[in-house]
Amino acid sequence: MNIKKTALTKSIWVFHISAGSCNNCDIEILDCLTPRFDLERFGIQLIGSARHADALLITGAMNRKSVPRMKKVYEQVPKPCVVVAVGTCACSQHMFRDSYNMIGPLDEILPVDLYIPGCPPKPEAMISGIVKLVTKIRKSK
Amino acid sequence: MKALFDYLIFPGFLFSAVIGLLAGWVDRKVTARLQWRVGPPWYQNFMDIIKLFCKETIVPEGAKLTFLFSPFFGLLSLALVATILGRSIIAPAYGFIGDLIVVLYLLMIPAIALIIGASSSKNPLASVGASREMKLVLAYELPFILSIIVVIIKSQGVIRLGGIVEHQMAFGSNIASISGVIAFLVALICVQAKLGFVPFDASESEQEIMGGVLIEYSGLPLAIFKLTKAIMLYTAPLLLMTLFLGKDLSPVFAVAKYIGILVVIILIKNTNPRLRIDQSVRFFWRFPAVLSLVAVVLALFGK
Repeated sequence: MNIKKTALTKSIWVFHISAGSCNNCDIEILDCLTPRFDLERFGIQLIGSARHADALLITGAMNRKSVPRMKKVYEQVPKPCVVVAVGTCACSQHMFRDSYNMIGPLDEILPVDLYIPGCPPKPEAMISGIVKLVTKIRKSK
Repeated sequence: MKALFDYLIFPGFLFSAVIGLLAGWVDRKVTARLQWRVGPPWYQNFMDIIKLFCKETIVPEGAKLTFLFSPFFGLLSLALVATILGRSIIAPAYGFIGDLIVVLYLLMIPAIALIIGASSSKNPLASVGASREMKLVLAYELPFILSIIVVIIKSQGVIRLGGIVEHQMAFGSNIASISGVIAFLVALICVQAKLGFVPFDASESEQEIMGGVLIEYSGLPLAIFKLTKAIMLYTAPLLLMTLFLGKDLSPVFAVAKYIGILVVIILIKNTNPRLRIDQSVRFFWRFPAVLSLVAVVLALFGK
């Protein structure tokens, strides 16, 4: 395994975008950083600026107001970066799928690397998803 | 050749970067333990730096050339500070007259590099951060220099770091007197601001201005800024140790004193909320500045 891939998977800085969520997923994301789960053990940190990010956590149903801004933020992130859809709203729009204001699920807008369903997903589910993504990246060429 | 080795490898760049990154790990680990978390493994900061080297570097549209140059100015000048300090601890007779003043000037350059880099990035939040950093520099430099003048008075006007160490070896540490204690406390608080730690991190606050001065940096220049911070975490407590606790600088005692100062700084960081910039300027000009003036007067009377 080369040093570049190790470094990229051992230190993931996360930028968190709420594209119109009800805040439950956001609270569960913050739960991952609290003493019970403590994702800083694996080098995962929440950071303030999109320019420092390695992963985008996107929560919420994609509405017409937030999608152009979300695309702008995605373009500002230095590559390589991964996009994670957190919650059923981001994965499949949940109960908002027939709403007049919705554009579509996240994977029709951005390339998504990891789906974490749940309303809201438990911190255990998020950690399990991140572990699967990290093992997949390490195995890939 | 010897000078190049000093600058690049042993007391200089490489050594201080490694020790600084390890000190950054101590910071994160102590913070985590204070919050009942486990904290990252010891190699975490090295991984962060390597990862940033692997990432894309984005230069925002309309940024000036200084956007890419300024991180290197800060790093080069701090590596020089680490070299001068390291040499004067290993061999106090080595060194030149006035290197204390050179060190004081060079310690200011990383802050200036941050200001220049942020204000050439064409981001409004970065310029807010730059103006806060500028006010903070104006606030803490006066008490910091006054508290170092106390040290100079106590060592009979020597402005050579080696000379100050030799004087302390002969007559006891500078901290062992009333004016020494006051000056040490003032310098400790100023170092807190120099490092950009809470409570004086208004210029880089992540919650309100999204990283402030560092907002537009990514990839290599961000890694250089992180390295500069790491070396600062090595040199600033080392300077305090040389100036105030220089009685016995044999390796075991030096490491113990360095870790002691580092842990005090980390504890101050973890037990205080962030001050607004006007609050921190008012704080520095009211209490530390007055206290350090008192310390200067006491030192003149030989207390």
